[in-house]
Amino acid sequence: MNILRLERVVKSYGEFRAVDNVTFDIPKGVVFGMLGPNGAGKTSLIRIITSITKADSGQIWLDGEPIRSTHQSDIGYMPEERGLYKKMKVGEQLTYLARLKGLSAAQAREALSYWFKRLDIVDWWEKKVDELSKGMQQKVQFVATVLHKPKLLILDEPFSGLDPINANLIEAEIRELARQGTSIIFSTHRMEQVEEMCDHIVLINKGKNVLEGEVKEVKQRFKENLFSIGYNGQLPENLEDVGRFFTLKNNTNQRMTVQVADGGNTNEVLQYLIGKGVEIGSFNEILPSINEIFIRRVNETVGN
Amino acid sequence: MDKLWLIIQREYLTRVKKKSFIIITLLSPIIFVALFTIPVLVGLFAGKETKSLVVKDDSGVFVPPIDTSARATFTMSQEPLASLKATYKSTGFDGVLYIPALEPNGEKLKLSYFSEGQLSLSTVSYVENRVAEQLETKKIKEAGYSEAVIKNFKTAISIDQEELAFNEEGQLVETGKKNSAELATAIGFVSGFIIYIVLIFYGAMIMRSVMEEKTNRIVEVIISSVKPFQLMMGKILGVSAVGLTQMLIWMVMTFALSSMATAFLGMDTASMQTSMPVQQPDSAEMASQASMVFEALASQNWGYILPLFLFYFVGGYFIYASLFAAVGASMGDDMGESQSLSMVAMAPIILSIILISPVIENPTSALARWMSIFPLFSPVLMPARLAFEPPWWEVILSMVVLAGSAVFFVWLSGRIYRVGVLLYGKKATLKEMVKWTFSSE
Repeated sequence: MNILRLERVVKSYGEFRAVDNVTFDIPKGVVFGMLGPNGAGKTSLIRIITSITKADSGQIWLDGEPIRSTHQSDIGYMPEERGLYKKMKVGEQLTYLARLKGLSAAQAREALSYWFKRLDIVDWWEKKVDELSKGMQQKVQFVATVLHKPKLLILDEPFSGLDPINANLIEAEIRELARQGTSIIFSTHRMEQVEEMCDHIVLINKGKNVLEGEVKEVKQRFKENLFSIGYNGQLPENLEDVGRFFTLKNNTNQRMTVQVADGGNTNEVLQYLIGKGVEIGSFNEILPSINEIFIRRVNETVGN
Repeated sequence: MDKLWLIIQREYLTRVKKKSFIIITLLSPIIFVALFTIPVLVGLFAGKETKSLVVKDDSGVFVPPIDTSARATFTMSQEPLASLKATYKSTGFDGVLYIPALEPNGEKLKLSYFSEGQLSLSTVSYVENRVAEQLETKKIKEAGYSEAVIKNFKTAISIDQEELAFNEEGQLVETGKKNSAELATAIGFVSGFIIYIVLIFYGAMIMRSVMEEKTNRIVEVIISSVKPFQLMMGKILGVSAVGLTQMLIWMVMTFALSSMATAFLGMDTASMQTSMPVQQPDSAEMASQASMVFEALASQNWGYILPLFLFYFVGGYFIYASLFAAVGASMGDDMGESQSLSMVAMAPIILSIILISPVIENPTSALARWMSIFPLFSPVLMPARLAFEPPWWEVILSMVVLAGSAVFFVWLSGRIYRVGVLLYGKKATLKEMVKWTFSSE
């Protein structure tokens, strides 16, 4: 079952196609990474999902229903550009934002006291936002996003501008929400976070979906049969006829990187090396990082 | 609907709970009343400048008036001017007034005043008037008229306007209704200015608030919960409630304060009357003038003027509030460079207040007619004309145009607002704003 399904979504601003025929599914309960360079159309896509703007064409389903503006209360959205009313008190402000999402005053109070206790910010209730530090404001912003227990949480660059302590804290909260079954869209161009946190990814470039799938599967799909072999002693000189099994990409510090030939087999590689008298210390497959895949795909699509 | 209500509440409560709102609201009527009361009080307690002048009169006309409470007292002297100039101070005078000999058939007479200090403007005109009066009397006497005849020369004139009406058969029907050009003018100016000030003040408040939400980036969070149009309308309605609250407080306070002030001042004007009878019309005349004003005020068709005033007020508010909201949404992050954009909303309202004078001077002219139908000007100009009773078809046409335009401007601004508020960075150009109007959501 998918929490969100996009089908041939198109959005243009004048001549410019910000979202160009995008289709993908987001399974329920996953952390879904939406990747793309700046200006790829991620924010446009998010604004369509959150009903801030309308798509020119295409269809979107949220939890099996065609999306309408009433679904806004099922979505929690933290924009990349954070913002709060500076002169408003934290408690008052969060109550207001929660009520705009359809909570009653009592529900809002209950949700707030849960989160205030959880993040240990109970004494902020009467503080004005501009009395808080930037990191503190980000915490408040995060609470505003999750207060109404959204089915789908959309976080646009959630860690930008956060110090490491707050980043860890928010990351832990995101993981906890995911564990409880909240589906999360995580929009970013920071790849190390994607590898750490995401189960699924979609890669958007120039408004198009250029790659989509489970992180593990995508890595397999893009692997180049590279292996890292650690060895002891010296490599023998006579490795000329190696081409049948692999090509040597790199060899430094008692570690070589080899690319196994198509249709080749790792056992043959090892047998060959052992036969040559190489003392093998370690043998690992090198999977491409999401970052490498990202750059490759972006460059390929730029080429088109 | 619920969400709109929440937004209205927030816009209203955050404003009326602000210290600056409370201070301005409470202080304004006090300042307003003080503006009228303080000059009177100062006049009462500080007393008036009274100069004692020694007069060297070569014309032989001048007879000092016997009035003791006036701005200047005059003492005649036969000594030569040069010695008066040297001694006026030691003999206890403030200065020397020299009246030269009259030239035959002279139309002009130049007096001289010698002193260390200056005469105030009002004392100068007091002295000039006294001399002129006496000169006039002398000339008329020389022409052979008695004093009784001279008194009769002067006639106080005023025009009493009474409105006539004709029934369907074209027969005259007396209405007994008094018209007053002065009063209609006053009502016109006051109505026009009130609307002008309110539109500018609250329009700018809305513009600032939209800009703040945009530069704060909170707007994206809000419109992921509500429609941009709801946010804009909530703001417009919330601020209008703030305005109404403020005016209500002002009306109550002004009424309370001014009745206190008149109670206090009324006593003193009565006591002042006995001490300074000169130049003051006698109290019977004043009373009759006052009763005329009240009669004219009462005969104004308030049942017609007030509801229409309210209608133009509301219509103008919606047009300008939404226009200011659209401008606020189109502003960039740099408020300085965006200032020029606010002229889009400011220019028409300023033009309308410039037009108010010619319109009131000629309330039946073509300019007055068409300008008070044009919807960007009519909120200021039609109320200014109402006391002159413009033809009913003009009023109805203007109202229909205004109502239609209010709806149109709210729609138009909603379109611009919706796009503008999400575009960060640079301010928009007018061309872009037009494009946004026709873009899809």
